[in-house]
Amino acid sequence: MFKIVEKSLLADNIYKLRIEAPRVANSALPGQFVIVRVDEQGERVPLTIADFDKEDGTVTIVIQTIGASTKKLCALNEGDYIADFVGPLGNPSEFVHLTEEELRSRHYLFVAGGVGTAPVYPQVKWLHEHGGNADVIIGAKTASMLIYTDEMARVANNLYVATDDGSYGFKGMVTAKIKDLIDNEGKHYDECVAIGPMIMMKFVTLTTREYSLPTTVSLNALMVDGTGMCGACRVSVGGKIYFTCVDGPEFDGHQVDFDEAMRRQAMYRNQEAHANDKHNHKCNCF
Amino acid sequence: MANKIPRVVVREQDAQVRATNFEEVCYGYNLEEAQTEASRCLNCKNPRCVAACPVNINIPGFIHHLLEGDLKAAADVIHEDSSLPSICGRVCPQETQCEGSCILGIKGEPVAIGKLERFIGDWSLDNEAESVAKVDANGRKVAVIGSGPSGLACASDLAKMGYDVTVFEALHKLGGVLVYGIPEFRLPKEKIVAREIDTLRKLGVKFETDVVVGRTVTIDELLDNEGFEAVFIGSGAGLPRFMGIEGENLNGVVSANEFLTRANLMRAYDEEYDTPIYVGKRVVVVGGGNVAMDAVRTAKRLGADATIVYRRSEAELPARREEVHHAKEEGIEFKMLTNPTRVLGDDKGWVTGLSCVEMELGEPDESGRRSPVEKAGSDLTVECDVVIMALGTSPNPLLKHTTKGLETNRRGCIVASEEGATSREGVFAGGDAVTGAATVILAMGAGRKAAKAIDEYIKSK
Repeated sequence: MFKIVEKSLLADNIYKLRIEAPRVANSALPGQFVIVRVDEQGERVPLTIADFDKEDGTVTIVIQTIGASTKKLCALNEGDYIADFVGPLGNPSEFVHLTEEELRSRHYLFVAGGVGTAPVYPQVKWLHEHGGNADVIIGAKTASMLIYTDEMARVANNLYVATDDGSYGFKGMVTAKIKDLIDNEGKHYDECVAIGPMIMMKFVTLTTREYSLPTTVSLNALMVDGTGMCGACRVSVGGKIYFTCVDGPEFDGHQVDFDEAMRRQAMYRNQEAHANDKHNHKCNCF
Repeated sequence: MANKIPRVVVREQDAQVRATNFEEVCYGYNLEEAQTEASRCLNCKNPRCVAACPVNINIPGFIHHLLEGDLKAAADVIHEDSSLPSICGRVCPQETQCEGSCILGIKGEPVAIGKLERFIGDWSLDNEAESVAKVDANGRKVAVIGSGPSGLACASDLAKMGYDVTVFEALHKLGGVLVYGIPEFRLPKEKIVAREIDTLRKLGVKFETDVVVGRTVTIDELLDNEGFEAVFIGSGAGLPRFMGIEGENLNGVVSANEFLTRANLMRAYDEEYDTPIYVGKRVVVVGGGNVAMDAVRTAKRLGADATIVYRRSEAELPARREEVHHAKEEGIEFKMLTNPTRVLGDDKGWVTGLSCVEMELGEPDESGRRSPVEKAGSDLTVECDVVIMALGTSPNPLLKHTTKGLETNRRGCIVASEEGATSREGVFAGGDAVTGAATVILAMGAGRKAAKAIDEYIKSK
């Protein structure tokens, strides 16, 4: 059992939970994820790591309540326990293997979309602590859905916020902001890292391809065990099949077959809708 | 003459009924039936069944005690060589091992050794009869990675020798393949697997679930920072294979591991549980082993029309005979000598069928089985909305990548001696992680051999 030591609401339907999990906190690196199972009946849900603290043995996750399982998880409070918290899973980001000298000479552009902003934070924080350079674009539909802007501002070289409706920062999509930075502000980047909804990552890669800007994406495929056993998270990258859980979750975005990945994500949509109805029927807390 | 008595038919759940539930198929013998069956054993001077058993259980010995009504003595005889008789009695391929070499089988039916082992194993669990010689705790720590058959057997023996054993399991439930792979209708989880694990708890074995060794903690950290003097790797062979044919990433194509994990471990068939499972109306399972039979029978129980597609003929099916027999009784269709060439899908990317070719048997290959060759112009389409690939599994490369100096072969299996010693000092391995996918009994045997080697290693330090 794993204790929730802190819970807060970050934006509409987006919660932050800090979980006591010393083994996971001790081994976690940027880019990795965890699998959470709320209770005995719960499914195993892969979630990205938003922060970790080796000193106090906690790991932070950020969850958007979309289906029955995420709603169940977010209905818990500080002091409650979740049944299972496994990780860190997947490979750490490539840059953790670089020397500080190499890091100093490289310029990263992070593009974070919606709840995908949370897993970008530990990557930018790590670069900041190791002498790296990272500009960050955070995209959201509207100002009230922005998360992690203050934390990110503290660790990014430059932070740019883009909202679809212009209610905060740049008005427009993150892809327009990428073009704006490169075309109008004369920015040069060695690598782009995009984390967010699949559709956003697809369009970011289409944009960065125009600039021949190498782009890493972090895929949030369906998973059961998260350790390479089930193959539910199969993804085509450069025409070859990989398992997101053990070969990823980060891949060369220009090689990923996003249309297939999005289609595969919808594999259990009917069953999930049914589970959601069942959950809403049982509990009136939302 | 003892051998004039026909083999006692074991009671089973009605095929029509059981094809709609997940209760155990076979009820097993009662004492009277077990003793009648035991009376058939000829008590051979040179018992071929013992030689054919991968762990050489003294089969005539335990059968003799059973016949005399001394069930405790029968259990003690089995426990000398096997830690998991309730499980092996249910899942061993007896027809190619003990029963396959029984003298009675030459002219008639062999003694039902598996059913007798199961009877004694279950009696032993019911009566907590496993003898535990009291050994003082020696305070020396050993880590066991994986709670499947090899890990449980290794942990059990080490605990009996006085070691302080911790078993690390990656999943949230203990039992490994016994829990995520083999279905409830073949191996009951609470009644059998959980009780075998409780026996280990009583021996003082500690369990930590949710620990993926290689990620959550490494073998080097266990040895260097956590005070473990030796590590046993029993992490199995969990990585599913796919065929590499067109259309394999369509929605509706899953590995048998995924399908069975959703059903068994996550209990997706139970409305109370949250994990979804996609069954469709017509399911095709590709493969002919036990895992293929488990998947196809699970699909049937979830309401689908279910078919096995296998590239060789029925004689070559690697599954246990009993499972094939049960599957047929339950209404599973078998398409033999048929090999998939492409998965067909609709414009939305969902499976609509499986394109196949007919095969015929040619020359024997290195496994001694006649290898299938395509019949020219024999293309056919099997309509279905789900395709389950049950083509075998390989060991997970995670431990190799995260453990310095741990040697593996080109199939990804850990290189280990007969006793389980690996290329890394203090690190032992056994079971499917070493051999590739094999049987519960071989894994159990390897775990026990490694326990002995670990004891010798630690004592010689």
